Amino acid sequence: MLLPALVLVPLLGAVAAYLDRSAARRSLWIVTCAALHLGLVATAWWLRPAPAGPGWLAFDPLGGLTLTLTSVVFLAVALYSVGYQRHEPLRGGRAYASCLLVFLAAATVVTLTRHFGLLWVAMEATTLATAPLIYDPADRRSLEAVWKYLVVCSVGIAVALLGIFFLASAQVAGAGAPGRALMLEDLLAAGPRLHPAWLRGSFVFVLIGFGTKMGLAPMHTWLPDAHGEAPSPISALLSGALLNLAFVAILRELAVLRAAGQGDFAGPLLVGFGVLSVAVAAAFLFGQGNYKRMLAYSSVEHMGILAVGAGLAGVATYGALLHVLSASLAKALLFLVAGNVLLGTGTKRTREVTGLARRLPVSAALLVAGFLAISGSPPFGPFLSEFTLLTGAVRSGATGVVVALLTLQALIFISMGSAVFGMVLGRPSAGTTPAPRESLWLVAPPAVLLALVLALGVWIPEGLRQTLAAAAAGLGGSAP
Amino acid sequence: MERLGDALLLVVLLTDLALLVTDRLSSSIRLVALQGVLLGLVPLALAHSFSGHLVAIVVGTIAIKAVLLPRILLWAIREAAVRHERQPSIGHLPSLLLGLAVTAIAFGVAGRLPALPGRSLPLLVPVALSTLMIGFLLLTSRRKALSQVLGYLVLENGIYLFGLTLADRLPLLVEMGVLLDVFVGALIMGLVVFQIQRELETLDSRELSQLTD
Repeated sequence: MLLPALVLVPLLGAVAAYLDRSAARRSLWIVTCAALHLGLVATAWWLRPAPAGPGWLAFDPLGGLTLTLTSVVFLAVALYSVGYQRHEPLRGGRAYASCLLVFLAAATVVTLTRHFGLLWVAMEATTLATAPLIYDPADRRSLEAVWKYLVVCSVGIAVALLGIFFLASAQVAGAGAPGRALMLEDLLAAGPRLHPAWLRGSFVFVLIGFGTKMGLAPMHTWLPDAHGEAPSPISALLSGALLNLAFVAILRELAVLRAAGQGDFAGPLLVGFGVLSVAVAAAFLFGQGNYKRMLAYSSVEHMGILAVGAGLAGVATYGALLHVLSASLAKALLFLVAGNVLLGTGTKRTREVTGLARRLPVSAALLVAGFLAISGSPPFGPFLSEFTLLTGAVRSGATGVVVALLTLQALIFISMGSAVFGMVLGRPSAGTTPAPRESLWLVAPPAVLLALVLALGVWIPEGLRQTLAAAAAGLGGSAP
Repeated sequence: MERLGDALLLVVLLTDLALLVTDRLSSSIRLVALQGVLLGLVPLALAHSFSGHLVAIVVGTIAIKAVLLPRILLWAIREAAVRHERQPSIGHLPSLLLGLAVTAIAFGVAGRLPALPGRSLPLLVPVALSTLMIGFLLLTSRRKALSQVLGYLVLENGIYLFGLTLADRLPLLVEMGVLLDVFVGALIMGLVVFQIQRELETLDSRELSQLTD
């Protein structure tokens, strides 16, 4: 009952929030559901529930890790939104609250499901639930952003559906009994008996399709617009939760390919898209004039790094899974802080923001710490995960890839660093309105995320290490 | 039944090509609705036996693809008072020729795909791939936001047709989920189209080009 409850709690909360006319109580519904969801996830780690339904939902290491991450980011965003709404009322009202909770329910299904068809349905549901959230500012710019998001992601996900149908064809056309259609266990058990040509076609379409949602270049075009125009809490949710869901879907398909002995086909494709994404991000980060778009391109960069890690197998895959956790927490933190900057200054232009250290001291400190974390500086989590990933890559003999990544990341460090320090230092520009007091609601959620990012950099608990190793093992990865 | 199935698929292909040369938005929507009816009937020609699953698919597909979606889109253009796809970025003849070329490619690719065991219609996979690619062509060559929604629906129809090769192997829940997602997706797109019209006094999605780096 625990697994269905994880989906039902946010769904029922969505209905309740939709029926409730009071904005304050709707915030309460969101926060309550988020807290309850996180509590249920913790219970699931404790009890390790048996698969629910005819094996449709199951709690495995990979799904469990992403679900926990999603739940933590969601709770942080829910708490932050309470404070955010006091300064910048959200226009969506009831629809906003229920879309937020429907997203949580759909995300839970994506992480837990063992059926590729259901995975697709839930993934498309996350797109649809987030579209009204992106359009919340209800101006011309957010209209353009949501239009691109809907068209690009819907077409991408439609391509992924074709890939999933190819996967079912690989079962039917393969040798021996086909097993239950599109069930992960049956696909893994069939392994090399799956028809190789259909399977390869399937991977290409799934990678392009879900890669669009994940933000891999050159399909990333929707991402900077959506992240830049959405309300900041939603940008944090997209970056810290939504993109990972698409990555998990690609990893599920990758596990099938590795089990079928087609890992050598899938790996180079992932590495290619990954390196291209980091390169595109580096190009667009150079002189990027909008700090929210800057953070969005940084998400493209980190999704690229994840794809490289997954493609190289071995220790690099373990590093990539660790990087999912640390980079997502850091990105969510940065987007929440960007929300504070936007509330305090009223502009998204990097050059118009100066002297944050005096105007918004706590947010400025969080911004600098978040920047150091996301750019892979010690002692934060992304340093450890990228270090693991890159040493794994060297051990797999991919030295060229490592050199390319390090060069591009050095460029990104310079671009982002000059922007961030330009915002923090200097004197506040004259004539600006006095900054609002940084309320606890606006500062505590990103601070807690920062603490988690820091913790992941200094100490990986044994339980987490084992879980990461177990999740990586199914993907051809291994613990260092 | 095989004859009937292939006849249905041929008409689907004709609606694809007709969409490439249709300018009136309301006619395009009606063509997509007709395609929805045909898509709903193809499973009947494929079925081994009569079952509740089959009835649900046929009724669900026709209700959503042939009735509900076209109504929403017709509402969106009526409210927004637009009639024509003005100046498609490629003319009628080139776009028809492109469509025919794409169809030829689809038939070539379908012939080379490894065979799937089990009973199927000879035209199913080629028409599915042609519909998919023509949908993509519509999506990329048209400028009106609403025409792009139609392109997306045609692309989705192609994928749906391909899914029919798997006939009874997909659980009903998943098939219904896919239909529901497409419906809600097109509904939201219809609402956005309506907003674009209100905001910009035009349905031209080229106007949406403020967000750049």
